[in-house]
Amino acid sequence: MTEPTIYDISVTGRTGVTFPESDVPEYALPQGFVRQKLQLPEVSELEVVRHFTRLSQKNYAIDLGFYPLGSCTMKYNPKINESVSRLSGFTATHPLQPANTTQGNLYLMYTLQEMLKEIAGFDAVTLQPAAGAQGELVGTLIIHKYHTDRGDHQRTRMLIPDSAHGTNPASSAMLGYDVVPLPSDERGNVDLEALKRLCDDRLAGLMFTNPNTLGLFDENVCEVVKIVHEAGGLVYGDGANMNALLGVFRPGDVGIDILHFNLHKTFSTPHGGGGPGSGPVAVQAHLVDYLPDPIVGILEEGDDETAPLYGFVHPEKSIGRIKAFYGHFGMHIRAFTYIAMLGQEGLRDIAEKAVLNANYLQEKLKGSYTLPYDRICMHEFVLEGFWKDVPDIHALDIAKRLMDYNFHPPTNYFPLIVKEALMIEPTETETLETLDAFVEAMLKIAGEARTDPQLLRDAPHNTPVRRADELKAAKDLVFCCYIGDDWPGIQE
Amino acid sequence: MLIPEELKYQKTDEWVKIVDGIATIGITDFAQDSLSDVVFVEFDIDVDDEVSAGDSMATIESVKAAAEVVFPVSGKVIEINQTLIDTPELLNESPYEEGWLVRVQAADGTELENLMDAAAYAIDIQDR
Repeated sequence: MTEPTIYDISVTGRTGVTFPESDVPEYALPQGFVRQKLQLPEVSELEVVRHFTRLSQKNYAIDLGFYPLGSCTMKYNPKINESVSRLSGFTATHPLQPANTTQGNLYLMYTLQEMLKEIAGFDAVTLQPAAGAQGELVGTLIIHKYHTDRGDHQRTRMLIPDSAHGTNPASSAMLGYDVVPLPSDERGNVDLEALKRLCDDRLAGLMFTNPNTLGLFDENVCEVVKIVHEAGGLVYGDGANMNALLGVFRPGDVGIDILHFNLHKTFSTPHGGGGPGSGPVAVQAHLVDYLPDPIVGILEEGDDETAPLYGFVHPEKSIGRIKAFYGHFGMHIRAFTYIAMLGQEGLRDIAEKAVLNANYLQEKLKGSYTLPYDRICMHEFVLEGFWKDVPDIHALDIAKRLMDYNFHPPTNYFPLIVKEALMIEPTETETLETLDAFVEAMLKIAGEARTDPQLLRDAPHNTPVRRADELKAAKDLVFCCYIGDDWPGIQE
Repeated sequence: MLIPEELKYQKTDEWVKIVDGIATIGITDFAQDSLSDVVFVEFDIDVDDEVSAGDSMATIESVKAAAEVVFPVSGKVIEINQTLIDTPELLNESPYEEGWLVRVQAADGTELENLMDAAAYAIDIQDR
């Protein structure tokens, strides 16, 4: 059943709250600032509660079922993260308090910076960026300032492999860089010959997602970094896929200059549902001075008797502040909790299980779906969502049909280098039983595509909302809830 | 897949037809089919611009992806199909007729020799 909107259940004059009589003298607001009509829903408190509870029950979430949304690392978010972040010592502090009254918060941020440095092999970390894409912006700003300081003004080109995350070219373009696509070779690695051809004194840098969006580890990562460095460029590592590498491979060790983390992917802070995300950025020693201002440091060393004094330090040639206050502190608490809980061995176990789960699914599915790059994968893999012998069935139809089996669909139509891509990332937190149930559904769908293709084209059948009209959604954009002719938001 | 005999084709799926030195350029049936429903067209050039082969002409956005269209020939832009701004679906419905993108006063007729004929283009898209 379709849930009516909150406006549909509105009845004139009904209220949820009775206000006490005002004890403040009335004041006439200037005419120009007063709207004559303001159409707000008029409902009782119970109606509001029921309406939004019903809506929330129609939602799909990692706490309800398997969510193999490739590239997004939709792992379970342990509830202990929530308990810790709700401790009053954290919730009752304010970022404008004097630093000597928030030493616990600062200790947590400092320690998280140290943990991330150790995990990825870098020399300094900022926790400011709001999420991955802002981390990329920080990275490209640092690359730009680094070259400018050296008088290298002719470096205007950013190389982006065709297997990179879609945000990489967007971040580069936002800074005014010329985005130059870099092709992949037949094994899904960066094409080294093409890379060499494109490396000259116009090169600002390379934005490198490794493992890439095919879920493949670039076997030539050392060579790639060397070629870019020899041409005077910097290598930005997109750390969105760090879940595959924890405790096994450190991007800093092979000379990658800058890397962002997605706490909402790798480190189990909420992803989706508004997050918010968090995208700390790590840099090598030669870029430490460019980090956003401020970062957390030790102002006075401690000893056996006294704890160190933590506070804010200001990188000398900083690109500036990029986020209000100090980033999404609530996410820092959750990521800190997760890392502290798991420890070194626990983190390595995550990567190993994430890779094992992905390879298990890949092996089980590759007989029934085409696997264009047939290699041992990392934490995710990409199948083709169509069959040559089945006319007019697309990745979208398979994705929608999966919803009928109560699974969240995989990422589809990305990466662009695979036709009708279905990008599947199980994460480490799923059981063998769940993986087997997913395989069973995928194999059933492959069968249905041949026996009853219309079933796929009309899917989903069992969801509160059926197939959305994507063309209409993209063309008839409605940004405002509109009710009748007298909706003030439209009229005025 | 429709591949008219009289047109020339570029690897990036643009077609071009030159009549009396005026080149009409669009995207192929294969291109519109791969993109699926087009929802948005944005031109990167204006009338009277001097353009070179390889320059960006327009960005086409569909429900699935965004794609760049590049000039197959050099010359001066003389006409832009503005009806596509409001009715981008013409690119799906009529890629070779009403869905043309840009007309150019072609600078150099010999550039056509670098492009594919219909038979070569048909082979080119076979395995894609």
